[in-house]
Amino acid sequence: MATGDLVLGQEQGQSSAQQRVVNDFSINVATVNGSGSQSANSVLLKSIFGMGVPVSGKNLFPSNIAGLPTWYTIRASKDGYVARKRVSEVLVAMNPETAKSDILALPAGAVAIYDESLNLKQYRDDVVCYPVPFDKITAAVCPEAKLRKLVRNMVYVGVVAQLLSLDLTVIEQSVKKQFAKKQKVFDLNYGAVKAGFDFAQEKLVKQDPYAIEHMNQTAGKIIIDGNAACGMGAVFAGVTVVAWYPITPSTSLIEATSDLLKKFRVTPEGKATFAVIQAEDELAAVGMVLGAGWAGARSMTSTSGPGISLMAEFAGLGYFAEIPGVIFDVQRTGPSTGMPTRTSQADLLSTAFLSHGDTKHIILLPGSVKECFELSHDAFDLAERIQTPIFVLTDLDLGMNNWMSEQFDYPETPLDRGKILTAEDLNKLGSFARYKDVDGDAIGWRTLPGTRHNKAAYFTRGSGHNESAGYTEKPEEYLAVMDRLSRKFENARKLVPAPILERNVGSKVGVIAFGTTDFALKESLDEIKKRYNVDVDYLRIRAYPFAHEIHDFVASHERVYIVEQNRDAQLLSLLKLDLPAEQAVKLRSILHYNGLPIDALSITEEFATREGL
Amino acid sequence: MATSTPAPKVNHIGLPVLEYRGGKSTLCAGCGHNAISERIIDAMYEMGVEPERVMKMSGIGCSSKSPAYFMSRSHSFNSVHGRMPSVSTGAILANHTMTMLGVSGDGDTASIGMGQFVHLLRRNLPMIYIIEDNGVYGLTKGQFSATADIGSKLKTGIVNDLPAIDTCSLAIQLGATFVGRSFSGDKKQLLAMLKAAIAHKGTVMLDVISPCVTFNDHEGSTKSYKFMQEHDEPINELGFVASFEDIHVDYDPGTTYDVEMHDGSSLRLRKLREDYDPTDKIKAVQLLMDSHAKGEVLTGVFYIDTQKSSFTDLLNLVDEPLGQQPESVTRPSKAVLDQLMTSLQ
Ligand SMILES: Cc1ncc(C[n+]2csc(CCOP(=O)(O)OP(=O)(O)O)c2C)c(N)n1
Ligand code: SF4
Ligand SMILES: [Mg+2]
Repeated sequence: MATGDLVLGQEQGQSSAQQRVVNDFSINVATVNGSGSQSANSVLLKSIFGMGVPVSGKNLFPSNIAGLPTWYTIRASKDGYVARKRVSEVLVAMNPETAKSDILALPAGAVAIYDESLNLKQYRDDVVCYPVPFDKITAAVCPEAKLRKLVRNMVYVGVVAQLLSLDLTVIEQSVKKQFAKKQKVFDLNYGAVKAGFDFAQEKLVKQDPYAIEHMNQTAGKIIIDGNAACGMGAVFAGVTVVAWYPITPSTSLIEATSDLLKKFRVTPEGKATFAVIQAEDELAAVGMVLGAGWAGARSMTSTSGPGISLMAEFAGLGYFAEIPGVIFDVQRTGPSTGMPTRTSQADLLSTAFLSHGDTKHIILLPGSVKECFELSHDAFDLAERIQTPIFVLTDLDLGMNNWMSEQFDYPETPLDRGKILTAEDLNKLGSFARYKDVDGDAIGWRTLPGTRHNKAAYFTRGSGHNESAGYTEKPEEYLAVMDRLSRKFENARKLVPAPILERNVGSKVGVIAFGTTDFALKESLDEIKKRYNVDVDYLRIRAYPFAHEIHDFVASHERVYIVEQNRDAQLLSLLKLDLPAEQAVKLRSILHYNGLPIDALSITEEFATREGL
Repeated sequence: MATSTPAPKVNHIGLPVLEYRGGKSTLCAGCGHNAISERIIDAMYEMGVEPERVMKMSGIGCSSKSPAYFMSRSHSFNSVHGRMPSVSTGAILANHTMTMLGVSGDGDTASIGMGQFVHLLRRNLPMIYIIEDNGVYGLTKGQFSATADIGSKLKTGIVNDLPAIDTCSLAIQLGATFVGRSFSGDKKQLLAMLKAAIAHKGTVMLDVISPCVTFNDHEGSTKSYKFMQEHDEPINELGFVASFEDIHVDYDPGTTYDVEMHDGSSLRLRKLREDYDPTDKIKAVQLLMDSHAKGEVLTGVFYIDTQKSSFTDLLNLVDEPLGQQPESVTRPSKAVLDQLMTSLQ
């Protein structure tokens, strides 16, 4: 009987066995890009979820198609924390190339599962080692040699399941769901899981404290990635024209949108009520969005940093000519090509002012997959209501990773198509001036091409124009338009999603964050409270321009830390521009920008140092 | 006794030509672009196109300003430099029941806009794409454009030593289905070509030589009025009979090509040269290249294909404009969301 290569001191082994660690640890699966480990990791994630344990999954992958190291981290957290953890406690080392550094990165008392040929125990005597003859087990259950590379992954699922006492029936369900209705594929894969499970049961002796136990924290919850959630939000907002150009990490947002449109927007006669166009580049993509928005269709594009840069000139046209459209930016790291498969929040400033000459944009900032759905949906209403491009900024972490969530709610209100005059309206009015502020809300009325009325037409241009859309170079006419645009932007503070006071304890110190920083920050604030007995108010921003609550929050605190995932303190800079000087000086920065999602401990440590805790 | 003034002449939908006019042109007097605007007005009027059913598109340049000078009753979108194709693509997707006419310049199309231009051609986007081609950037004061011929001279004496891009060959090669060249000074040919263009469904790419009187109408220019008068070589005579006109056309296969257009109109192309065949891409391109080498400026309809599907046909869209689908069509039901939520549990 194998001993599980336990080389821990007897005492240590005992103490860790005594203090079982249940539903509170991370599993890190190290594989090779393109080796087909996604299904296996997904089965693990969904099985833990299926056991009612809060869970999150993160794929750390290279900008490469096949052959480079990839890590997938699954975090089980009974407290519901879903942010990245700096260290994982359970390693599944399937990549010989990184195996040594992977095991060296483990904390003492951690677990390593690896192919026996790697002989990893030589590097750590403070880690519980479980060598597994993966090839032998795989060969026995998978006669077809060319499938073995894939099936091998399912074997580790079985080993992990047995060691962490995952419920085999739940795993079986997950495998079934993963391979839908393909019985043969299911048999092969589940056979591999079983083989791994049986091997562990017979040959390995449990020496570590980690275990998953049933809870009831996931009932009724869903698992989805942010990109799919954004796509879904767009579809339930009635998006009709989609133009895009492939780029990581945004592509899957379009794929999700397109899949749903193909399913739900085809008439019984087989005709499409939508169009999805793969454009020649992002300039063309956003041009198509504006053309379609101008002519009355709900339109969108999705991109990442490099694409956003290319869209700059058109963004200004959309702003100045007041054309609706929705632009998603799933942020990755920059500058330039940066690290295409790493995350950041570093497009905020450039997007807020994207384009030359006094341009500014409305930006929505979802902080969860549920908000991806909701804010994507709202973006289309806002675009048509305010008649301007709306940017929705998520990031790779939110967009491409799987998150647990409450179910999404069906939108309560009908679509808001904004101010559009029909031929009948024009009959009553006699005429209209496209850019005239008739309602005092700084938003004019528009007509759509094709409106059958001889006074319906107007001339859309990015050059200087007056109230009636006529060309102008007259100072007062130009000023009138520019000042109205300014008022419109001011009014938008009240129309965009309000910030959320996530933590309200009446502290002197406050924190502000947006987007995915929320996950780590919430965990960190709990940690800060536990460690230092310091409780902190926290406001989460969900849109630019900033709602007045954000000003109030800063005004009511002595110091406010802005936690964000970029180098240049972009949210802080935007706030500084917005706040009176005596408020702006209260702002402090906590920054994280190494390409990995921010983690709680980093925030806690930085905050403690800065606050002298 | 008051005599009633005679009713103004109207077209077959009852509109006088006045209803096709635009604002007063701010282009230089004598600019070729103005003459083209006039022909567009005539063609739309004569074809009885309802102005409200037209979208006028453009990029940036003197040429791109011109949609302000015709058809004020049509919606117009003067976009950004070189990007008329993408905006037009989006607009036609939102409402593919409209007639779309775009005016670009040689700079707007063949330099900054080349990327979008070739993809528009490749898609056979249903629109009339007019290049008002003067060989220079008029609006930025006369620099050479990419359609300037090798050896042509600027006023400053600078000689162009790069080859011209032939937008017509390019358009034929890349998938436009109606390709022609004309001259702003040739009223008859241009009018007939525009009327046929209106009847066509697919990309109509018309390169219209349109002299810039301010920067490129001098001796040594190959885009001047004088040069065109001397070198214009029509390859066919166009006879266009609109669907609503009751005119019988005789057909002589030896000397003419008769083309039945999408809307039931007919276009008669009478050969003026032996080697002309507007249905054969390769021959058409060869003809253009040969004649260019000889220093001739061929005009006429070079290529026409009424069979190929346009971009919006390929997308298999519903008949009604996409942008005007009701919420009951565009927003899936609550049951759909419930079903999706269940599948994600
Ligand atoms: C991005 C950008 N770059 C440069 C310009 C300046 N610009 C305006 S019009 C023009 C050239 C127009 O030439 P063409 O399309 O041939 O039109 P024409 O004036 O000759 O009719 C240029 C370079 C601009 N408007 N935008
Ligand atoms: S500069 Fe040339 S192209 Fe521009 S309006 Fe004058 S003549 Fe026409
Ligand atoms: Mg020009």
